[in-house]
Amino acid sequence: MPTHDLPAPFDSGLPERMPDPAIRLPRRTVLKWFAAAAAASQVAGCLDRSGPGGLAPITAPGYGTDPLLTRVYKAGDAWPLTLTMAERTASVALADFIMPADAYGPAASKLRVVDFIDEWVSAPYPGQVNDRKIIVPGLAWLESESRRRYGAAFATLSAAQMDGICADICFEKNATAPFKVGARFFSVFRGLTAGAYYSTPAGWKAIGYEGNVPLPKFDGPPPAVLAMLEVEQTVK
Amino acid sequence: MPIITAKTAQPTYDVVIVGSGAGGGQMAMTLTLAGLKCVMLEAGRAYDPATETPMFQRPDQAPLRGVGTPEKNFGFYDATVDGGWQVPNEPYTQGSDDPARKFWWWRARMLGGRTNHWGRISLRNGPYDFKPHSRDGLGFDWPIGYEDVEPYYTKVEQLIGVYGTNEGRENTPDSPEGVLLPAPKGRAAELLVQKHAKTVGVPVMPIHRAVLTRALDADTIPAKLFPGNEWAQKIVADSMRRRGACFWATPCGRGCSIGANYQSTTVHLPPALATGNLDILPNAHAREVLLGADGKANGVLFVDKTTGNEERVRGRIVILAASSGETVRILLNSKSASFPNGLANSSGKVGKYVMDTVGTSLVGQIPKLENVPSHNEDGAGGSHFYSPWWLYKEQLAGKLGFARGYHIEMGGSRDMPGGWNPLPDDLGQGAYGTKFKEAARRYYGSFVYLSCRGEMIPNEDSFAELDPVVKDKWGTPVIRWNWKFSEHELRQADHAQDTFTAIFSAMGGTVRRAKPKTGTEIEPGGKIIHEVGGALMGADAKRSVVNGWNQTWDVKNLFLVDASPFPSNSDKNPTLTIMALAWRTGDYIVDQAKKGNI
Repeated sequence: MPTHDLPAPFDSGLPERMPDPAIRLPRRTVLKWFAAAAAASQVAGCLDRSGPGGLAPITAPGYGTDPLLTRVYKAGDAWPLTLTMAERTASVALADFIMPADAYGPAASKLRVVDFIDEWVSAPYPGQVNDRKIIVPGLAWLESESRRRYGAAFATLSAAQMDGICADICFEKNATAPFKVGARFFSVFRGLTAGAYYSTPAGWKAIGYEGNVPLPKFDGPPPAVLAMLEVEQTVK
Repeated sequence: MPIITAKTAQPTYDVVIVGSGAGGGQMAMTLTLAGLKCVMLEAGRAYDPATETPMFQRPDQAPLRGVGTPEKNFGFYDATVDGGWQVPNEPYTQGSDDPARKFWWWRARMLGGRTNHWGRISLRNGPYDFKPHSRDGLGFDWPIGYEDVEPYYTKVEQLIGVYGTNEGRENTPDSPEGVLLPAPKGRAAELLVQKHAKTVGVPVMPIHRAVLTRALDADTIPAKLFPGNEWAQKIVADSMRRRGACFWATPCGRGCSIGANYQSTTVHLPPALATGNLDILPNAHAREVLLGADGKANGVLFVDKTTGNEERVRGRIVILAASSGETVRILLNSKSASFPNGLANSSGKVGKYVMDTVGTSLVGQIPKLENVPSHNEDGAGGSHFYSPWWLYKEQLAGKLGFARGYHIEMGGSRDMPGGWNPLPDDLGQGAYGTKFKEAARRYYGSFVYLSCRGEMIPNEDSFAELDPVVKDKWGTPVIRWNWKFSEHELRQADHAQDTFTAIFSAMGGTVRRAKPKTGTEIEPGGKIIHEVGGALMGADAKRSVVNGWNQTWDVKNLFLVDASPFPSNSDKNPTLTIMALAWRTGDYIVDQAKKGNI
């Protein structure tokens, strides 16, 4: 019988004093936090999880074959989130660089895109587990590249500096050998960011989806669309 | 609702029905409205679309933005419970390791079965489709013809509500005037395909789907369906009035809480329950049909999944509507001294000639559809247009190299985004920032999907049998599938790919991938979820399992009303024909029961 049981409320493990890492943090907060984290971990690239106790396998169960479909789920409801504070911070910065606030709509962080990315790379299913192996090391790569070039955490870079890195990894097909790994990461990360962004009402507006609203009748495409396509409505 | 348990079941019923989908649902409705006391066994849980359907839930309200996972193959919101390509605790096996010979078996463990999520495409078989062997010498003729089934197609269409148009095309029957509901307006991509496909000789027109584009006429239809039975008319009218018309939002695959499309749980089961003549027993997985000393079926042995216990339910008539694979499994597991090879299997044909639909598809990118002003194209929650098979004459003249036809299903891409990246990297060319959003908006809605749904010819290599070793959690032997497409299906898929390429080209578009190798583009068996056959209907008791009334030759009070009796699987989606034959069989049972023949 269906129980629609969900895991017990999940402890994110984030220190309570930290600001919500789903939103874009003020630069000074990030600087302070990274300084503290670096001091604590004694490593420069504190996103590196390749060592012992590194990228842990996902052991949480999935949502099962009979989840309750009519409730509203938040990231973390179905399984625990696993990105570290540093990874989330870098993800927020990169997602906002990919999907900034502009005339089309708000920035990715405003839509809590990083929560989705965290949920995705924390999911127990094979496709997501594969992406986890790209995203988590990719964030570490991004961080070390940022430090190598600019001596600073990615989240603290200026737009021009971010652009410097992203230009080298934004298109896998054209990426040169040193940037192949970064480009693979960027492609997957951008795909996840867009998949999350465009699943929201603000994203629907940005892409031009109108729907999911009850209508008394269905009129088909408006005259301007028919004219543009040079077609006539053939169903009378 | 009289949802019962093994403990609260009556000692005996007039009829035991196994399965609650299209066949079982229709049968329950037909028989209970005729006054027969029925019990329905469902292997899954009870399910209520009114409260369980995610009607307006957005992707951002679901885990992983609703994308498909191994636990919800067709997405989080798909109306499939405890099902998909694999069902926990209920394995199936393959006769071969070759991926091309593998059969994918989609099951749902819920009241209403696969009707809760199906595509609602409701096409009548035409006259040729009942006599394919007479036409081209391949496969089998049905012992019945279009004229036998036509009245029931009409009744089912009036009951469930089907939109579409009458186009007067070869082997694509019109419905009587006034039966079909109005076709929805064409969407941008559909109208563009229609205009340009014509230039390469492919006709495009409104499809038929079981969606209420307006409310059913509850004042007049019930009297047409149940003449002389005022009690039945009232029950059916009440049930019709509770169904709402489509409000042009939310995909049909989620099911429909307002009953605006057909699913057994909103159309067949409510009136059947309202008669007071139906008990529904969920979590009851049928294992064997029980045989009396008189050679007649007298009940069903099932596993109560809530306890793991074996239980029995008794009836004077037994109906199997469990799906082709599951019905074959029950028959082959029902072994007795008189039927050592499985019940109703004196012909040895149980499990033989399983078919699916030939499927292959192609995506095109159409520049003319870029930057189209935003507008609402949710429509009827599925296709509005299709192309019925258009080359009957060329095919009969032997010009095509394959013997049977296909229809084309189509769709644009201005549907609800979410979960997946809407901008493929090759089109985005590395874009990020506002440039990405610009490109995403430009290309959104510019992709067109064309899918082949074609007829497969039954063959000796495609069949279901019991696995000699593997059992499910409850100790019941499972089905082992064997599969092989013939050259007819492979060439048909190639032809479809070439047709799609020509259509996209005529639209000024490009296909989204390189031309595949010949014979490689066909979807594996079972992938289209049109599993039919396995209990061949025929005119000869020695060479078939059931007669033209879906009645097994060997056991005259045992009837099969899923798609297992289908001797052929035309390109027309099987569900409408399942329902028409179930209703026809139900009328026959009522008549024969009155005459004391069963």
